[in-house]
Amino acid sequence: MVIYGVALLAFSFLSGIVLGDLLGSLLGIDANLGGVGIAMLILIFLSNYLKINLNLSKVSERGITFWSAIYVPIVVAMAAKQNVLAAVDGGMIAILGGSLAVLISFLMIPVISKIGKK
Amino acid sequence: MFFEIFENVFSKNGVITAFLFVGIILWFSYFLSDKLTNGRFHGSAIAIILGLILAYLGGVYTGGSKGLADISIFSGLAILGGSMFRDFAIVATAYGLDTKELKKAGAAGVLSLFVGVILSFVIGASVAIVYGYTDPVSITTIGAGAVTFIVGPVTGTALGASSEVMALSIATGIIKSILVMISTPIFAPYVGLNNPRSALIYGGLMGTNSGVAAGLAATDPKLVPYGAMTATFYTGLGCLMVPTILFLLVNTL
Repeated sequence: MVIYGVALLAFSFLSGIVLGDLLGSLLGIDANLGGVGIAMLILIFLSNYLKINLNLSKVSERGITFWSAIYVPIVVAMAAKQNVLAAVDGGMIAILGGSLAVLISFLMIPVISKIGKK
Repeated sequence: MFFEIFENVFSKNGVITAFLFVGIILWFSYFLSDKLTNGRFHGSAIAIILGLILAYLGGVYTGGSKGLADISIFSGLAILGGSMFRDFAIVATAYGLDTKELKKAGAAGVLSLFVGVILSFVIGASVAIVYGYTDPVSITTIGAGAVTFIVGPVTGTALGASSEVMALSIATGIIKSILVMISTPIFAPYVGLNNPRSALIYGGLMGTNSGVAAGLAATDPKLVPYGAMTATFYTGLGCLMVPTILFLLVNTL
């Protein structure tokens, strides 16, 4: 059933966010530390386990792949609700700070890529 | 009267209206991508840029902070595009992810997180100094904004920064996030952003969740789970490091 896939996804999502919040509060910060990443790892682990042991069916799988496919439209909605006005009104400090941070971070991608490959 | 009924139905069923609206934008964007660029510039990249332009117009029209979503018939965009659905969909993209790639690039991913937070902070703080800020609290808060627009206000609140500096810090973070969305598909070929390993590093360096989410969607949706995986630790790491270690560093200099 499709709902099994959606429920599995929801279970992974909620567990990850709870663990991320827990991790944050243990370290004394007011933020979620890696909740989405932890949720992804839980989903990978559980779906692999269930596929082998409980035979997660193709139909159940669709409950997960639908959400994966709806990702781009969600991102477009996210773009349309950004506070672009505030960004443009931020002045030179905001524009310089933001754009230099992005540019130099891009330049670091090949550098770190090489370091790790040794 | 006819118009009123329309407005009423659309605002009452916000999320459904958002589905229709986003569907139309994507259709139109893929149409433009096909006709104008022969498919070379991704339809999803065009859709994200159109979304940002509409968000700007929405902001000008209403004076609110949620872009187009401040107009009542488009209010559903705030829910569909909010962090709940976004993160739910991001987790779903991990289904079928190659765990071997994760293990191979794990160490580089962690390194990129630390480099990413410190680098963005130093750049933001330097710009603040160049523009004449001298007190450590303001410098740190603006630097925090260059990390992400969440680390900015968290840091500013913890250190007691002025509201003017907080606003500047948030604006810096939003600029960063929007630029990551727009520039990723343009820079990707030049920095080798075309495999799971570099996507993991990219997520750790950029860190802004919304920026990374949209940037990779516009470049290659297959890379989304890898970049999102590291980016999800970035804001937390920033909130951990900036008001503590990095603030002490600025304070002693």
